[in-house]
Amino acid sequence: MIQLKNVVAEYTTKRGRMKAVDGVDLVIPDGVIVGIAGESGCGKSTLMKVLYGDLGFPLSLASGSVDYGFTNDKGQPVTDANVQREWFRHVSIIPQSSMSSLNPVIRIREQFVDFPATSKDKKATLAKVREFVQRIGLPPESIDAYPHQLSGGMRQRIMVALATFLEPEVILADEPTTALDVVVQKEILLLLLELQEKMRNTIIFVSHDMGVHYQLTHQMLIMYAGKAVEHGPTEEIFRAPLHPYTLLLTSALPTIGDDRARQGLPGSPPSLWDPPKGCRFAPRCPLATEKCRTEEPPLVEVRPGHSSACHHIDRIPQLQADLAKAPSLDDLDEARLLAQVQENLRREHEIDATADAAPPSEVDRPEIPSEVADTVAPAGGER
Amino acid sequence: MTTVLKAEGLRKTYKLGSFTSRVTINALDDINLDIVSDDPVIVSLVGESGSGKTTLAKTILRLVEPTAGKAWVHDQVVTGSGGMGRLDFMRMVQPIFQNPFDAFSRYRTVDTYLHETAARIAGLNGAKGRDAVDEALSSVGLDYADVVGKYPNQFSGGELQRASIARALIPHPQLIVADEPVSMIDASRRMIVINLFKALKEQYRTSFLYITHDLATAYYISDYIAVMSKGRIVEFGAARDVLSTPRHDYTKLLLSSIPTLTHKWDRTPALASTGA
Ligand SMILES: Nc1ncnc2c1ncn2[C@@H]1O[C@H](COP(=O)(O)OP(=O)(O)OP(=O)(O)O)[C@@H](O)[C@H]1O
Ligand code: SF4
Ligand SMILES: [Mg+2]
Repeated sequence: MIQLKNVVAEYTTKRGRMKAVDGVDLVIPDGVIVGIAGESGCGKSTLMKVLYGDLGFPLSLASGSVDYGFTNDKGQPVTDANVQREWFRHVSIIPQSSMSSLNPVIRIREQFVDFPATSKDKKATLAKVREFVQRIGLPPESIDAYPHQLSGGMRQRIMVALATFLEPEVILADEPTTALDVVVQKEILLLLLELQEKMRNTIIFVSHDMGVHYQLTHQMLIMYAGKAVEHGPTEEIFRAPLHPYTLLLTSALPTIGDDRARQGLPGSPPSLWDPPKGCRFAPRCPLATEKCRTEEPPLVEVRPGHSSACHHIDRIPQLQADLAKAPSLDDLDEARLLAQVQENLRREHEIDATADAAPPSEVDRPEIPSEVADTVAPAGGER
Repeated sequence: MTTVLKAEGLRKTYKLGSFTSRVTINALDDINLDIVSDDPVIVSLVGESGSGKTTLAKTILRLVEPTAGKAWVHDQVVTGSGGMGRLDFMRMVQPIFQNPFDAFSRYRTVDTYLHETAARIAGLNGAKGRDAVDEALSSVGLDYADVVGKYPNQFSGGELQRASIARALIPHPQLIVADEPVSMIDASRRMIVINLFKALKEQYRTSFLYITHDLATAYYISDYIAVMSKGRIVEFGAARDVLSTPRHDYTKLLLSSIPTLTHKWDRTPALASTGA
C-alpha cells in the first residue's frame, strides 16, 4: 500500500512560495485504481508529480512523505527519497500527450529497449515487446515506426504498452485520454482496465471527466484548492457523497435522457496565495455556516474506508434530494430561466470578486507600442 | 417561415502534398441541411475531431470559401457570389470562439472592442453605442463599470468568454456560431454558459449553431442536431429524438462510447488471449 503523510508541495515563483498541495494524508491499498478529481488548479497534477518523485525547481516537497510499500533491489523501502530509481520497472507513468513524451527521432522499439531495466538483452526484450503490443491490439511492426507515423490513438496505446510492459507496481496516469475522441478513449480505457485486472497494479488516474472516473476507478480522491476533501469507494462517491463539493461536481453536467435543468457550480476556487481561513469551499458552498468560515474541517473517516472534510455532512442528503427535484428544462418558462441564469451570474461575480484581489493572470499589463495600438484585429475575431 | 440555416451541396476540398503525390481531403463532402422555423433555434453540430465541424462553421462564417455549393442564413445567401456585403453579413452572423483570448487583442482594452463593434457593425455611436454595450454586458452578467479600461489578461477566462459573447450580441445577430465555446471552461461551470445560450436565444431571439464534441450538452440545449463524420452529415433531426433513438451506426457508436454515470460499459475483452 502507498502511504502519503501530510504531503505539502510548494511552487517557488517570483511572487513567493505557494502551496499547491496542502497537507494530503492518504492510504492507497495495493491493486486498486484510484481516481483524482477536482477543478483546474486544485493540485491534481502536482500531487501526481510528487507521487512520481518528479520534483525539482520550481516544485518541492515542503513537508510530508510518501511510502510506496515495497522495497528496492537492496531491500530498502521505496519512498519519496529514492523513488526515481524505480521508474519504469516499479513506478511508471502514462502522460497526457504521447507526442511530447515519445522521442520523435527514435523508433518506438528503441524507446522500449532504452529502459534501464531491459537493456541487458535487447533481442529477447524486443521479441517480448512485439508479442505484448500484439496482445494489446497493435500490429507488431508498429514498434518499428517513428512516433509521428502513428495515429494519436495508436501512440497512446504505445504509451500504455510502455507503462505496463514491465508490470510495475504503480502506474500514474494524468489525463491520459483527454486529447482523444470518445471512441478511441473507450478502447484505451478498457484496455488499461483489462491489463490492470491481469497485473493487479495500483493505478492512480487523474481526469476531469466524472464519467471516466465512474467507468474506470475503484476509489476516488476529490481535491479542492490543494486539499483532499473526500476519499472513498467510487460507487459511494457518486451515489452517496459525503462532501457538498463532490455532489455538486458530479451533478454539474447533464446526461443524455435526463431533462433536468442543471445549474453548475458558480464561482471559481479561491486563490492559493490567500486561501480562506475556514473551509476553502465555503464561499461557494450552499450549506456554509459561520462555523465553516472560521474553522477548517478536518478529513475524518465517516464510513469505513470513506472520509470527508465537512462540518455539515448530515445536511448533504437533503441537498442531494433537492438537486434531484430540479425541474425539467422544458418546464422552465422563459422568465424563470432568465432569472436563474442571472442569479448564477451574479453569484459567480460575487464569489470571484472576493476570491482574489490580484489579477488572474501572472502576466503584467502590457505596454502598448503605438504601432500595434492601431492594428485592429478584426472585430469578428477572425484568426 | 424563415430558413434559419440551409446548405446545398457544400463541399470543401483541400489538396495536400507535392505535385507527384497529391492527397485530396474532403473536409466537407456534400453537406445538405435545411432548417426552417419561425422561432430561433439552437442547432448542435457534433462529431469527432477531423469530422469537418469547424470547416462547416468557418464556411458559414465566410472564413472559408467552399469549393462548391451554397449556404443560407436567415433566407439570405452567405457563401460565394451573390452573397451579401461584409457589414450586412456581420450584422447577421457573429462568431464565438473556443478561446476567448482569440477574440480580443491583448494590447487593447476589452471595452474598446465592444464600442468598436457597436460603431462599425451595429452603426451605434455615442450614447446609443454605450447603451448597446451596456445592454449586451448586463445580459451576460457583467457590469460596464467592471469592464471598462481592463485588458484581456485582467479578466478570468470565464469573464472574458462572457465578454466575447456580449460582443457577439451587440449587433443583435440572427445567428451566433459558437465553435467549442465551453471546452476550455471547467466542467463545473460549463452549464452557466450553456444555460446562458438558452436564455439569450429567447431574450435576443438569436439562433445558435453550437459546435461541440460533447453529446450531453448538445442533448441539453439543442432543438436540432447534426452528426458529422468524415465531412458528411450522417444523421440529422430533433436533438432529443436523434440522441435517444439514434438510427445511424455512427451515432450509435458515439453514444455507446460516452463514459456515462448511469451504467458501466459492456466489457468485451480487448486483450488478445495468446500467452495470457
Ligand atoms: N510550474 C509551476 N510554477 C508555479 N505554479 C504552478 C506550476 N505548476 C502549477 N502551478 C500552480 O499550482 C496549482 C496547482 O496546479 P496543478 O497543475 O497541480 O493543478 P491541476 O489540478 O492539475 O489542474 P488542471 O485540471 O488544470 O490540470 C495551480 O494554482 C497552478 O497555477
Ligand atoms: S465545511 Fe461547511 S462550507 Fe465546507 S463543505 Fe462543509 S458545509 Fe460546505
Ligand atoms: Mg493537471
